[in-house]
Amino acid sequence: MLELQNICYTVDGKEILKDISLTIEDRFVAVTGPNGSGKSTLLKIIMGILKPTSGRVLFDGQDITDMPVNERANLGISYAFQQPVHFKGLRVKDILELANKDARSFNKACKILSDVGLCAKDYIFRELNATLSGGEMKRIEIAMTAARGSKLSLFDEPEAGIDLWSFQSLIHIFENLYQKTSGSIVIISHQERILAIADKIIYLKDGEGVLYDDRDKVLSAINIVGPGCAILNEKGPRPEKAKGVD
Amino acid sequence: MDSIQKNLLHEVAALDALPQGAYNIRSNGQSTARNTTANIDIVTKADKPGIDIIIKPGTKNESVHIPVIISESGLKEMVYNDFFIGEDCDVTIIAGCGISNCGDQDSRHDGIHQFFVGKNSKVRYVERHYGEGTGTGKRLMNPATVVELEPGSAMQLETSQIGGVDDTIRTTRATMKENTTLIIHDKILTNLDQKAVAEIEVAMNGDGGSCDIVSRGVAKDNSYQEVVLGIDGNAACSGHAECDSIIMDHGVILATPRLKASNVEASLIHEAAIGKIAGDQLMKLMTLGLTEKEAEETIIQGFLR
Repeated sequence: MLELQNICYTVDGKEILKDISLTIEDRFVAVTGPNGSGKSTLLKIIMGILKPTSGRVLFDGQDITDMPVNERANLGISYAFQQPVHFKGLRVKDILELANKDARSFNKACKILSDVGLCAKDYIFRELNATLSGGEMKRIEIAMTAARGSKLSLFDEPEAGIDLWSFQSLIHIFENLYQKTSGSIVIISHQERILAIADKIIYLKDGEGVLYDDRDKVLSAINIVGPGCAILNEKGPRPEKAKGVD
Repeated sequence: MDSIQKNLLHEVAALDALPQGAYNIRSNGQSTARNTTANIDIVTKADKPGIDIIIKPGTKNESVHIPVIISESGLKEMVYNDFFIGEDCDVTIIAGCGISNCGDQDSRHDGIHQFFVGKNSKVRYVERHYGEGTGTGKRLMNPATVVELEPGSAMQLETSQIGGVDDTIRTTRATMKENTTLIIHDKILTNLDQKAVAEIEVAMNGDGGSCDIVSRGVAKDNSYQEVVLGIDGNAACSGHAECDSIIMDHGVILATPRLKASNVEASLIHEAAIGKIAGDQLMKLMTLGLTEKEAEETIIQGFLR
């Protein structure tokens, strides 16, 4: 479905991504690796927010390398920002409706927001400004992206800053998205519990795709390889596999 | 009323038919429709153009519409409207002016609205200014608003100039007594070579007063805006002034927040920001399928809501 061919991205002489080539056919792919390894850059290149210095991006066989962001969005790619954007004057309702026209119905908006643990009547008319906490903004960002039900949904560290909201609920969203759409999900994550429900994992380091394989193979490899991804070696039991994912 | 006038009425007062409650519609310098109610009287001034709107004490949940429309090129008028709002009222007043100028002469409406808000009354005032037309004649409006709040009263002003006005000086002066509340939301959109000056000055003279002024402006093309927000804290009160602007193309905005405290218990804050539309805002909306132009319009529409 998504093919990256020899993607390089260089800024001020610094190589952020070095000749990445991979094909994503699986439904749930996690991207992990140390900070600064190029994960966010890779997702931004897929969405079209950044243009690769060289290389091609193909989506369903179509070369979209030079296609603007909005056209990619209409083709079926969604993107949840790591740092959600504030808007003065635009309300949660407005942005949800842009993401999914059905959200004009209060019941639908209610469903979308309740999936991220927010009560629609408390939030629907709130502005997406600094009066919302970072955690609330993040949940709305995730809900908005999930509500689009796209062929390919990209999430940049959805777990970052979700405050008191239960982590299990976040995983539940991805499971739902997985089950209800026939689309694929690509998530940047450091969290073992998210990696544990992925079909495949891409492990980036220093801008290179070091590993891209089935989840268990990559997990066991990076646990052994160790130093690049210490955060993955969290204490505690390994989570159970999520239903319907494997 | 012809279709141009009907459209102006829709733009400035969201009216597609005669409104309920009290109203006075002024069209091309004449009062063309009027209705009074048991509690709200509208009287033509004897000494100068304009009307007195007299609202009886205790009037609740009633509204007054007083739109002004001008479709005659070259018409110039100065109108004085005074609102006498009795004690313990809760009313909504919808005003506004629309000018359609398809001729080569300037059309101009200057209006002075004075509000005398009685003790413990609550007033919501909505005013929209709008211009249209393909003529070379300018569309000019200079509204002046004077507010006097008696103890315990509250007023919310939602004023906007939504486009098509070539030149304007908008002044608002408010005097607040004890335990009064004043909320002002002012929005201005200018484009082409338009010029807009907005001055809002509030004197907080009574203890327990609370004032919040939010001004939002968007200047496109070669347009110019000047905004002055001033609060004088002369008592134990709290005041907040926020001036937020977006400039585009070659637009220029000069924002001047001014605070003066003459009482140690006065707590006054101002914020001012001017900048272009943030790139990440455009990008976010584009990831939802909007073109850059659509994203820009959506952001401005929200900003000036």
